[in-house]
Amino acid sequence: MANLFPRWTNELPLKAVVCVAALGGIVSGLVAYTATPKYTRVGYMPEQPIPFDHSLHAQQLGMDCRYCHSFVEQSSHSNLPADQVCWNCHGPGKVKPDSPKLQALREAMDESSEDYTGRPVAWVQIHETPDYAYFNHSAHVNRGVSCVECHGQVNEMKVVYHAKPLSMSFCLDCHRNSEKVLRPLDQITNLDWKAEDVDKDAFYAYLADKTGKGVEDLKKADSHKTFDRLLIGGHLKEAWNVHPPQDCTACHR
Amino acid sequence: MSQTVTNAEHNVHPSDQEGIAREPLVLNNRSMSWITNRICGIVENRQPLIWWILFVPSVLLAGVLGFTLVYLVSTGVGIWGNNQPVAWGWAIVNFVFWIGIGHAGTLISAILFLTRQKWRTSVNRASEAMTLFAVVCAGIYPGFHVGRFWMVWFLAPVPNANAIWQNFKSPLLWDVFAVSTYFTVSVIFWYIGLIPDLATMRDRAVTKVRKFLYGLFALGWRGGNRQWRHYEMGYLLLAALSTPLVLSVHSVVSFDFATSIVPGWHTTIFPPYFVAGAVFGGFAMVLTLMLPVRKLYGLEDMITPKHIDNMAKIILLTGTIVGYAYIMELFISYYGANKFEKDAFHLRILSGHYTWAYFCMFFCNVISPQIFWFAKMRKNLWVVFIIANFVNAGMWFERFVIIPTSVSMDFLPGQWGFYSPSIVEKWMFLGTFGLFLSLFLLFLRFLPVIAISEVKGVLPESDPHHHDWEEIKARRNAAHRG
Repeated sequence: MANLFPRWTNELPLKAVVCVAALGGIVSGLVAYTATPKYTRVGYMPEQPIPFDHSLHAQQLGMDCRYCHSFVEQSSHSNLPADQVCWNCHGPGKVKPDSPKLQALREAMDESSEDYTGRPVAWVQIHETPDYAYFNHSAHVNRGVSCVECHGQVNEMKVVYHAKPLSMSFCLDCHRNSEKVLRPLDQITNLDWKAEDVDKDAFYAYLADKTGKGVEDLKKADSHKTFDRLLIGGHLKEAWNVHPPQDCTACHR
Repeated sequence: MSQTVTNAEHNVHPSDQEGIAREPLVLNNRSMSWITNRICGIVENRQPLIWWILFVPSVLLAGVLGFTLVYLVSTGVGIWGNNQPVAWGWAIVNFVFWIGIGHAGTLISAILFLTRQKWRTSVNRASEAMTLFAVVCAGIYPGFHVGRFWMVWFLAPVPNANAIWQNFKSPLLWDVFAVSTYFTVSVIFWYIGLIPDLATMRDRAVTKVRKFLYGLFALGWRGGNRQWRHYEMGYLLLAALSTPLVLSVHSVVSFDFATSIVPGWHTTIFPPYFVAGAVFGGFAMVLTLMLPVRKLYGLEDMITPKHIDNMAKIILLTGTIVGYAYIMELFISYYGANKFEKDAFHLRILSGHYTWAYFCMFFCNVISPQIFWFAKMRKNLWVVFIIANFVNAGMWFERFVIIPTSVSMDFLPGQWGFYSPSIVEKWMFLGTFGLFLSLFLLFLRFLPVIAISEVKGVLPESDPHHHDWEEIKARRNAAHRG
């Protein structure tokens, strides 16, 4: 009987296995890279109706985040400012009232203008928590988690973009290791805060007050450790009794 | 040669001793070529009309299964009768039912191989195929029971952006691994066993397509000495590898229940009881399929009354083990003095919603196989077929009795509820039978239903000493006459 298959087919199964394995690897790699929020969310920078420059307002002018996002400490939702908040400074006779960039604001607020529609400025939402995930801003900012941890260095952004993946693993990473992100409560909206800025004596006095331990004892226990973020965060976690929930129902209620 | 004869004379072959002569495994002195022709003929000739009569409705039923699954995914598991407290309804009942059926195949092919039960050769191929198809049917249920089928990959430990990781403390996860391992090993074992026969099919094939396909899957088998040596070693190793799986899979399935605290589930007897039950139900399904197949395709000389007798004995044994487990459960619930346990079994056998199911189960699984104590009954194929179907039904009832009845009334009266399946669940279950039968009929149509090479291996003339014994017998007969 003649050979059914030519000689080169002898190596075919092996080659096929190698190819399938390689293909599988490539596909998994591509999916892992492109189909996760690290790729799909990060960098999202939509055009806004008004090119509001955070770096100008928050950095150069030194405005606090809470001037505009005023209820972030009280509410689960961090509100966008009402148009009146913008109008406070950019109203007639104030800062750059005629700037063409503020057209959408005048349409919303300036009743004397012929373009007046009364429709609020339609800001484009960038950071969006899915409906099935519960997130409370106040719970985080009142427990030493700064805006910067999830939103990035907004104070340096000319145009705001999605800086962090905000995937579930991103949330869980902090919920499992919250000492990495905790900072003193008065520094929440200071997006440039660094561990070196902390006044050691004041910090230990605060801890002593919170925990009831002696300042000297606390300092002695830390004498061989570097005074860095992790140390500060660890102390705050203990002092505030921070136990971020890790079960499903924490967020999926 | 003379040396061999002397050796053989010392170890007189059992079949030569009068009184305990073994029944031959292939009747009517069939030759090797007859075996090849008969088995290959099933695939090469046109299928009998009955094949089509069975195949068409089976495929239609399988289509119903597909339809119900689409309906399920697009609508949600609310279309099932599941409720609180009975979150595990027919879906899990049917999963355990099918996975249990999938046990006979590997038991026959692996354990009976290692214990050198030569009678396995005539039934191992078909029962392994049946195993695979049953596991396919079983796998559908937990997959869709998760509710969001497209999320089923969460069951696999794949690193992901949600940081979702499996709970390795959960028996449900062990189940995923146990069943998928079992399926993988069973497929490989079945396929390896098929290779020499695929080569036979290739060599006999007349059309190009057949030659190509059988040739492709025969992996270049030539039947040389060296190939056989490697093949047999590989087969032996695979048999050794799958033997523990026969015991582990259903043990792990039983952990789904036994490791919980639900009264009626929380029992240490579950693993052996489930394994025995699975073998019991599996053999019943093998008989249910093979009795018609052997008749239909004229395989009576290879699947002999001896085979059926052996399987009936296994059914009797495992059915009795299962009966022991039922009674022991009742005894422990009385003797163990746990009032919830006692209550659960009181509800199960006396005053619950489902006592009728308990007694169906008990009759089908424990009482009905006792008829196999009588050799005459084991020889009567109608009796065997009917009892096998009693067992099929009984094993389904067993899972029903265990699963919904235990959770329908557990600790708190506030958690009590009643479960009955919806019409969708019923059609789904029928649909899996359609899928199962379609796959099995396709198997009959395209693959040799009996392991040709292995059956030839148990013919008397395959024995290396066959001729010596023939000689001894002749000499003895001559002496006797003289």
